Amino acid sequence: MSVKGILGKKVGMTQIFDDAGRVVPVTVLSVSPNVVTQVKTLERDGYSAAQLGFEDIKVEKLTRPQQGHLYHAGIQPKRFLREFDLQDGATVAIGDEFKADLFAVGEKIQISGTSKGKGFAGVMKRYGFRGGEMTHGSMIHRKPMSAGATDAARVFKGTKRPGRMGNERVTQQGLKVVQVDTERNLLLVRGAVPGANGGLVMIHKAHI
Amino acid sequence: MANIIDEIEAAQKKEGVPAFRGGDTLRVHVKVIEGGKERIQIFEGIALARRGAGVRDTVVVRKLSNGVGVERTFLVHSPRIDRIEVVRRGAVRRAKLYYLRNLVGKAARIKEDRNGRFSRAQQAPTTAK
Repeated sequence: MSVKGILGKKVGMTQIFDDAGRVVPVTVLSVSPNVVTQVKTLERDGYSAAQLGFEDIKVEKLTRPQQGHLYHAGIQPKRFLREFDLQDGATVAIGDEFKADLFAVGEKIQISGTSKGKGFAGVMKRYGFRGGEMTHGSMIHRKPMSAGATDAARVFKGTKRPGRMGNERVTQQGLKVVQVDTERNLLLVRGAVPGANGGLVMIHKAHI
Repeated sequence: MANIIDEIEAAQKKEGVPAFRGGDTLRVHVKVIEGGKERIQIFEGIALARRGAGVRDTVVVRKLSNGVGVERTFLVHSPRIDRIEVVRRGAVRRAKLYYLRNLVGKAARIKEDRNGRFSRAQQAPTTAK
């Protein structure tokens, strides 16, 4: 009876001391109970998965179809609904709850979130181009240089140029669980996690 | 949301850390692991600077070892530190005493804060006018 991942909210970063007295940078994730709102089965849907609901919300905030969906499942209104794969051979039922104790200390996980939007960014910030000289009479400081060969007479699709950066789905693999707080339903993960504080994150068990 | 972070940080903090500032002479009891055994080593010197707040509070301690200046930065709330003793309060008018690095011998002395005038100002900065 278990899923491969749950939803959480990024609270922020801090540091803690480990057993050896070393400072460990951690991101705190809040995973108030995730409730199974729908079960997808191989027979009916062609694949098996669990739809999890996260974070309580006022009914009026949901659309009528969302209200109906949760009403028929007999679940309190939730802000976020996401599907997660089931662990091999596992079965879940509507109403099952998953909490921080799904993960163990030391376990490798991967976390997906929406990165912070950077707006319209140049090529140095966006793609790490080196740019030109800052001095010695150079008039090319942060420009993207050549956009391609002249005999092509056009710019190829996919050429790295300035544009919107961030605000996209980012997955960080190989993160480690440092602490599990079952009382407050918190996960402390070593290192940084994509997205702003307060953002929704999907916490997956690592693919082994 | 943010107070969860505050709670976690508060839980990491040590109790019974004495009040001290730059200019004070400190005796820092550090836990060192040597040959699989743990013992306590003492590092005594003048606090040059205290940086950070909360769990990130650090102090730079300088001492002269065989005529060579040695500086160590300690995380005040680290479990690697057994305790910190204040040996002597210094009468100094600034928080960062980096100028001591360029002074030797008699010039590098700091007057003792006998009546607690300088230490008091640190604890209640609003009344220091």
